[in-house]
Amino acid sequence: MAVLGIRVHPKDNVAVVAADVEAGGVVRLADGSEMPAVEAIPRGSKVALGPIACGETVIRYGEEIGRATKDIAAGEYVHTHNLAGRR
Amino acid sequence: MGIRNHCLVLATVACAAGVVREVGRRLPVVVAVEHAHGCGRGGPDLGLQIKTLAGLVQNPNVGAVVLVGLGCEVVSATLLKGTLARSGKPVETVVIQEAGGSRKAADQAEALARRLLGELENLPRQRGTAADLMVGLECGGSDTFSGLTANPAVGEAADRLVELGGTVILAETTEMIGALGPLLKLAESEEVAAKLKAKVERQEARAREMLGPLADAVLAPGNVESGLTTIAEKSLGCIAKGGSSPIREVVDYGERPSRKGLVVMDTPGYDIESMAGMAAAGAQAILFTTGRGTPVGFPAVPVIKISSSSELFEAMPDDIDLDAGTILAGKTARQVGEQILGLLLKVARGEKTRAEINGQAVFAIAQEGPAF
Repeated sequence: MAVLGIRVHPKDNVAVVAADVEAGGVVRLADGSEMPAVEAIPRGSKVALGPIACGETVIRYGEEIGRATKDIAAGEYVHTHNLAGRR
Repeated sequence: MGIRNHCLVLATVACAAGVVREVGRRLPVVVAVEHAHGCGRGGPDLGLQIKTLAGLVQNPNVGAVVLVGLGCEVVSATLLKGTLARSGKPVETVVIQEAGGSRKAADQAEALARRLLGELENLPRQRGTAADLMVGLECGGSDTFSGLTANPAVGEAADRLVELGGTVILAETTEMIGALGPLLKLAESEEVAAKLKAKVERQEARAREMLGPLADAVLAPGNVESGLTTIAEKSLGCIAKGGSSPIREVVDYGERPSRKGLVVMDTPGYDIESMAGMAAAGAQAILFTTGRGTPVGFPAVPVIKISSSSELFEAMPDDIDLDAGTILAGKTARQVGEQILGLLLKVARGEKTRAEINGQAVFAIAQEGPAF
C-alpha cells in the first residue's frame, strides 16, 4: 500500500511521509505521482523527490531549509545525515 | 476585557514561593504564581521582571491580586504595587519579614485573598466580541507535521480573528531564523520590516554566539527525532501560525501592542518564557500547537492545545483540546481553523481548556544576563 507523501509547494524537492515507509515501498503524492523509497523512511521524515547533488538546496514550503551535504538519490531518506542548515 | 476574572496570589521574588504555594493549597480557587525571579540579576533583567510581573497583574483575566514579597529583595511587593497604581485593580501586599514569618504571611495572604474573591464574585458579567480578543500563538514540541497541520490551521484561525477585528501575537523570534523571507513579505510597512529583520538577526547572532557551531541545532532532540532537520525547516512551519494578515507592528517582550491585527513579539522560542511575554502584553488566551505533546499551561490565561497528528491526540487525550491531524485525513486547514476559532470563542465564554482542568500553569520570564 502506498504511503501518503506531503509536498506543500510545487518547488519542493522533498516530501514528508505520513507513515513509516519500508525500503521498496511507494510514496504517493496528492497529485497521484509516485516515488519508490530506496530505503526505509520513518514517519514524519522527508523523502527526496528527485536527485539532489551535494551542495544543492533542499526546498520545503517553497523555501530553502538547508543544503545537501552529500549526493542524494531520488527516493532516499533526507535527514541530518545528508542535509544541514546553511550556516 | 477579560475572559476570566481571577484572583492572583503572586510572589514578587523566588523566596516567597512557599507562602504563595501554601495559599494555593488552602484556596485552590486563586491563581497562585511562584517563580525563580525577583532578585540577584542585573538592571536590564530586573527591569524585564518588573515589566512582566506587572503585565501579568494587568492582564485583563486578572481581577485582583495579593502580592507576596520577602522584604529584602529588589522586586519587592511595595515596588510592584507602585507600578500598578494606575491599573484600577485591587492590589494587596504581604511582606513575609514584616508578617513574622511564612506561616503568618500565608494567614495574611489567605485572608486578603478571601476578601478579594468575595469582591470579584459580585461583579456582573459583561458581553464582548471577538474584536475584544488578543490571542497569543505558541508552539511547543514541534514535529514535522506541525507545519503541515496544526500551524497552518492556527494561521487560518488567526486570519479569521483578524478579520473580526481581534489581535493575534506571533512570537518566538528564535523560530523565525531562516524564515525571514516569507515573514518580511507580510510586513505592513518598511519600518515594520526593518524592525522585524533587526530582531531576527539579533536573535540569530545571539544563537551563534552562545551555541557556536550548534547554532543550527536550536532544535530540541524531540524535534530532530520527529524528522525536522534544520532550524529553517522548523521556523517555516512555525511562522504558519501567524496566517497571512499584514504584520502591523513589532513589539518588545511583554510590550502591549498599540495596533490591532497581526503583531510580532520578540520572545525566545522557549515556550514558557514566550507565553509570559504575551500574557504580560494582555493576551487573554493562547493557541498552542504541539507535535510531540506538551501539557503546559499558563497562569490566568487559558491555553488551548492543538495536536499536529491524530496519533498524538489519541496518545494524550487529557492534554489536547483539538486535533488538527484530521488535515492528514482530508480536512482542509481552513476547516480546522474554523474549528479552532469556534473553540476559542467557547473558551472566551468560560469553557475550560484541558490545561486549566489539569491545573497546568507554569511561569518564567525571559532573561538576558547571568545571575549575580
